Amino acid sequence: MIELLGLSYHYRDGPDLSFADLSAPAGSTLLVRGASGAGKSTLLALMAGLLTPSAGQVRVGGVDVGALSPRQRDAWRGAHLGFVPQRLHLSAALSVADNLALPYVCAAEPVQPARIAELLERLGLQGLAARRPHQLSVGQAQRVALARAVLRGPSVLLADEPTASLYDEAAGEALQLLTELAALSRATLVLATHDARVAQALPQAQLLQLNKAAVCSA
Amino acid sequence: MFRLIALAWRYLWSQPLTAALNLLLLSLGLGAISFVILVSEQVERAVTRDLAGIDLVVGAKGSPMQIMLAGVFHLDVPTGNIPLRTLDLLRKQPLVARAIPLSLGDSLLGYRIVGSTSEYLDLYQARPAAGRAWQAPLEAVLGAEVAQRSGLTVGAKFAGSHGLAGQGDAHDEHRYTVVGVLARSGTVLDRLVLTGLESVWAVHEHGDDHDDAEHEARREITMALVSYRSPLGAAMLPRWVNAQPGLQAAAPALETARLLRMVGAGTEVLRGFGVLLLLAAGLSVFVAMLHAVRERRNDLAMMRMLGAPPARVAGLVAAEALCLSALATVLGLALGHGLTHALGLLLASQHSIVATGAWWSDWEWSVPLLAALLALLSAALPAWAAFRLDVTQLLQTPR
Repeated sequence: MIELLGLSYHYRDGPDLSFADLSAPAGSTLLVRGASGAGKSTLLALMAGLLTPSAGQVRVGGVDVGALSPRQRDAWRGAHLGFVPQRLHLSAALSVADNLALPYVCAAEPVQPARIAELLERLGLQGLAARRPHQLSVGQAQRVALARAVLRGPSVLLADEPTASLYDEAAGEALQLLTELAALSRATLVLATHDARVAQALPQAQLLQLNKAAVCSA
Repeated sequence: MFRLIALAWRYLWSQPLTAALNLLLLSLGLGAISFVILVSEQVERAVTRDLAGIDLVVGAKGSPMQIMLAGVFHLDVPTGNIPLRTLDLLRKQPLVARAIPLSLGDSLLGYRIVGSTSEYLDLYQARPAAGRAWQAPLEAVLGAEVAQRSGLTVGAKFAGSHGLAGQGDAHDEHRYTVVGVLARSGTVLDRLVLTGLESVWAVHEHGDDHDDAEHEARREITMALVSYRSPLGAAMLPRWVNAQPGLQAAAPALETARLLRMVGAGTEVLRGFGVLLLLAAGLSVFVAMLHAVRERRNDLAMMRMLGAPPARVAGLVAAEALCLSALATVLGLALGHGLTHALGLLLASQHSIVATGAWWSDWEWSVPLLAALLALLSAALPAWAAFRLDVTQLLQTPR
């Protein structure tokens, strides 16, 4: 479950952003929409514990993320957060298998090769473990990034513009995979997007519309 | 930790050309420093062993350095001969504890045949590995290296060649019998054929028809190795020797210090070259790591997003530099030991001081420490940049 309670963030030399209160139950999908500069990325950064709220709280699974110490936030992110960036950010220096080992290495935990193999198979990526990201198609790379995000069974899955620059068919597949994998982990899926196709594809999703005026409505 | 190092290793070789260049520079620098350590320490140890209580070398008038090199290390040709009676004069001096005669002139396969007394063996605490010491003229004891190279064993006979280079006429009419082989001592004795003074005289005195007294009076030795009875000898004896007609005193301590200073200039140049290479390597590693952090800032930010604390991300950068330094240490030490081995082979072919690549110096621990320190210094700023990385860059323009 994600709760926003009186949340706001003030940039030192920029606008003040305030966010409407909301509550997204565990396993639900939250769609964060808004034009560029409306605060989508700021909200994701607040949810990920990368920024500390100027006021209010972001509660994830009952934990006030902003109140955690930096060290606790790192550990919390590793244990509870999955993230799919828009540009995927798979490490070009590493193989697919090594990219998927990263979440374990970052959390200083033993790598689980069986879990990696299971996910690769589920996502139709078997046989590609030794490949480098540049040897993958766009769709395959996106599935690897998805696998990396859900590998450790997160309670929140953040996806930043997951359908940007994808054709309709690929965008549909990406959304389907995201929702399937989030459901498998019973994770709350948060999609930040300005892509209208996402709202059409996910009519059951809770919508958080952000406006440039920084007055947000749920 | 192991996974982090494995990850650092993969990142290191993701830029193979840069990694190879840095590795080359670091290895060459560390190799040069390792080589200097190995050679200078082995030379100093060899010099100290060979000096073994010799306070003064007395030879014919000439260069003190030449006398010392010929008398102690058997590297140079002697300046000439001195009368045998000089030995008695020296032994009668109250400041002289011991005077050992040496007589040179012949060689076996380039190894010098040295006529002396059993005191010369005592000086280096030499002990036989086989056989015994010489007791009669034309009995010879071989140093360990001579025995190994010549293949001669106890009971074998050989003829010495005239001169010290081993290319003179053979004294076939005076064949030596090997009666002993010395255990390896790491001293100059390893490279000598030892016999009594009488043997050298027997080989070189032909058809002498003088009476015994005149004969004895005309006998010569090449030099005498003197040990002082008291430190006062250092002040008095060289002056006394130099005042005698035809005699020259050489103080090995002074001459070797002068020699090591001259050799030291060479080692300093090599050491300086090594340090220069290391500085260049350090700078190159620094630039490469800084570039890598900039190039990989998204990878590193992603690691932070996946739960890695800043210290672990900085640690990855430092581990990459440490992987490089560890590999360079192995290659550098191998290079240093390889070069020392090659120098040892060259010196052995010239029957000179022994240097071996198989020897390890205590100071070599400084090589990995130096490499690690350099790597950490070079990686410090890039690691700090990784530590301070702005993770929000992964998200879309959050300012």
